[in-house]
Parts: sequence; C-alpha cells; structure tokens
Amino acid sequence: MDAHYTPAIAVDRLVKRYKGVGAVDGISFRLAVGSITGLLGGNGAGKTTTIAMIMGLVTPTSGTVSVLGAVMPRERYRVLHRMNFESPYVDMPMRLTVRQNLSVFAQLYAVPDIDGRIAELAADLDLTEFLDRPTGKLSAGQKTRVSLAKSLLNNPEVLLLDEPTASLDPDTADWVRSHLERYRRENNATVLLASHNMNEVERLCERVIIMKKGRIEDDDTPARLLSRYGRDDLEEVFLDVARGRRRSEAAQ
Amino acid sequence: MTARDTGMNFSFNRVAAMVRRYWYLLRSSWPRILDLIYWPTVQMLMWGFLQVYISQNAGFFARAGGVFIGSVLLWDILFRGQLGFSISFLEEMYARNLGNIMMSPLRPAEFLLALMIMSIVRLSIGMIPVSILAIIFFGFNLWALGLALAAFFANLILTSWSVGVFVAGLLLRNGLGAESMAWTIMFLFLPLTCVYYPVAVLPDWLQYVAWALPPTYVFEGMRALLIDHVFRADLMLEAFAFNIVLFAAASLAFYALLWSARIHGSLLQTGE
Repeated sequence: MDAHYTPAIAVDRLVKRYKGVGAVDGISFRLAVGSITGLLGGNGAGKTTTIAMIMGLVTPTSGTVSVLGAVMPRERYRVLHRMNFESPYVDMPMRLTVRQNLSVFAQLYAVPDIDGRIAELAADLDLTEFLDRPTGKLSAGQKTRVSLAKSLLNNPEVLLLDEPTASLDPDTADWVRSHLERYRRENNATVLLASHNMNEVERLCERVIIMKKGRIEDDDTPARLLSRYGRDDLEEVFLDVARGRRRSEAAQ
Repeated sequence: MTARDTGMNFSFNRVAAMVRRYWYLLRSSWPRILDLIYWPTVQMLMWGFLQVYISQNAGFFARAGGVFIGSVLLWDILFRGQLGFSISFLEEMYARNLGNIMMSPLRPAEFLLALMIMSIVRLSIGMIPVSILAIIFFGFNLWALGLALAAFFANLILTSWSVGVFVAGLLLRNGLGAESMAWTIMFLFLPLTCVYYPVAVLPDWLQYVAWALPPTYVFEGMRALLIDHVFRADLMLEAFAFNIVLFAAASLAFYALLWSARIHGSLLQTGE
C-alpha cells in the first residue's frame, strides 16, 4: 500500500475484556490523515478504553490498533513522540509553574526550541501572563488551556482528546474548539475526540462514531446521521441510540 | 529526523527532564525539604544519646564507640534511599500526572533512572546535615570511614533502589491501594538485616534468611570496622553479588507488573 494512504489510526476487530466483562467488543474503524472524528457514547460505552488502547496504555484482549503504522502497544515508542493527548482525568503537577511544566514535557518530547515553542503556544492560547504562576493557582479554564498547550507542544500528527471542554464555561469551551479547529487545519493533524457534548461534535467533526456497550452502533457524517434518524441535532440521535430506538422508529 | 527525536533509544535528555521536574517540586516546598532532615536528625540524636548513656555503664559499649550512631546513619541510607525513590514516584500519582508521563515518549528504564537520581538527591539533602550534626554532638565522623563508607553506601543504595523499583511496579499495578507498601516495606528489613545487633543473635534458621539480604553484610561489616577495626571486603563483595540478583529480580518484577497493569487497565485507574 502507498504510504500516503496509510490511515493515521487503524482499529481492527478490537476487543477488550476485564475479568470476562466486555468493555470493547470487536470494533473496527480507520481514520484518514488530517481527519477529525468524534467518538460518542454514554458512560461505559467503551470510549475511554478505546482511546487508552490507541494510546498504548491498555493492551487489547484481541484485535489490533495501529497508529501512524505502529502496532500499539508493542511499537508505541516508534510513534509516541508524534502523538499527544488531553484529558480532564489527568492533571499537571500543581506546584510547578506553567512554564516549568511545559518545559519538562517539551524536553520529554524532544522539542527543539523549548523556550520559543512555549512562548509561541502561550501567545496562541493566551497564557503568557500565567507562565510563571503555579499551575494549581489557575482557574479551570486556564488549566484546560495549559493542558491543551501541553498536548500541542510537539506539534502532534495525531491528537487524542477525551472531553476537552468538560467543565468549561461556554465562552472558554468555544474558544478551545476554535483553537483545535485551527490547529487541525493548519497542521493536517488527525484528531479523535471523545465527548458528551453533541454541539461540540457537530461543530468540529466531519465524522461521528457512536458507541454503545462496547460496540459501534453507527458511523457516519453528522449530516447523514441527522438525515438517517430524521432528527434536527446530534443530541436527539445520541438519545435514540442510547435508548435503543431503531432508526426507522426514530424517524416516525 | 535525529535518533533523539524517534524516541526509540534510551535518552538521558528525558531522564534529565524528569529529574528537573522533581527538583522543581522539591525546591518549591520547604515542608518537603524539612521532612528530609527532620526524622534522620531525631533518630540520630536518640540513638546517639542512648549510646552515650550505655557506654558510661558498660565496658563493651565504651570500646565499641559509634556503633549505634553508625547503625542508625547506615539504616537511614537504606530506608531514606527507598523512600526518596518511592515518594518521587508517588508524587506523580498524587498529582494525577502518571497518565501524562506514561503517554509521553519516556521509557520505563528512563523513569526508573530519574527516580534513582532523585533518591540520591533527597538522601543527600537529609544525610549530609545529619552526619555533620553527629560530629558536633557525639564526635562520630561517618566520613572518616572513607572507602568503607563508599562500599557501605553503594550496597545500601542498591538495595534501596531494588525495593523502590518493586514498589513502583506494585503501585502501577494496584494504584494507591498499594501506597502503604511504599512506607512500610523496608521495616521488614530492620529486624532481619540485623541493623543494631549481630547476626549471631538470631535463631539458626533465621540466620539463613538474614544472610540472603545484602544489607546484613553491610551492618556486619560496619560492626567489624568499628569494633574490631577490620574492613571486611569479602562481606562487601558478597553483598554486591546479592544486590545484583536482587536488582535483576526487582526489575523483572517491575516489568511484569507494568505488563499486567496494561492488561488490567490499571494505568487508567491509579486511585484506590
């Protein structure tokens, strides 16, 4: 296959069971380079486990995941420096200043001009005045912007985002979405976004994968999903899937 | 793209990044620094005064000057070396930063090396002032042991790292539910490695256990030096051989526990 057409992320018949209980049940999908995809699903649908397997933090029970051509988790050190992630479920050390935190991670990712890159991101994400403040003293919105800066330090080709705007006020959330949109466009990055926020997914994503009980229930563009379920917004589609309403029933 | 950028090779640059991270944390918090000095000082003073009292009332202890203080200082190298390693690791869990670390190109071996360096840094902050206080209060100069001190230190720090590596694996696999192991596991070594008394005091069957633990050789070696004024190089070499085996076993256990943590999804849930 021509390297140009190698998908950024390829998930093939992926299964994860914890002590016999299925968390992910035979899902497959491919994400093209430069695409932005939403991963939707209720609590326990398997989104976080899927993302964790893509990151190489969890070993699949069966099936394969490859990122930029590297099989995860076995070959993760081939590609970890070309990926990054952001999640509200991890924090950065609170006592370190924003600059200290970013410079430590920049060094871990072997960023060439650390001071220059931090200054660039701080300007982009409106963090310059907070750079020398302890990270723990920042507001939730400011911390999210710091986490976003960390996730963009190495100009990742693959960006995994687990609810990037959770607990943010609408203005900050909108601002973060705009920045992500711009980053993806300017860098041709592949973005996989797990979210409960349907407006966010509808606005950002060109493709939506809906999971339920570890399986993919639907996978299409937002427009086609709306049309197929006969709904006006993705939230209604999500509720149809979550409550087990068939497409035909939902359309009536 | 350079080799450094691929993340494929061991990188001292990434080790330096982690050491810098822990150093920033340490210098930002005076209670953390005070804690490094406080307990070793209290221990040294208590055992030092006890030794002064006993030596005034027993001829043997008058001849064996410094044994208790020497024991407590060497024990602190063993205990604080492991704590320095484990606490740096725990800081990542307390800060909910482990996900960021595990998702970065940092390799486990680099992470462990950074923790080893930090255990020496933390130990130095605590032990150097305490060893000076031992000279001031009791005229016991640990540094005068010279090469013997280097051999004692090398063996004790190796053991402390082995235990630290094993505990780090337990923490990765079991989350903060295994935190108490980090604080207490070394106390199992206290009676068995004969810190304050000779191995001969133990029942015969327990002596076999004691001689399987590297620090036992160090504490016996210290008593030989302070009481009989003989440096037992043979004991140090035996301790080193046991340390190599112990470190290899701890490293294997760490990688097995990390592998198990990936299977069980424990790296996502590092809480209780």
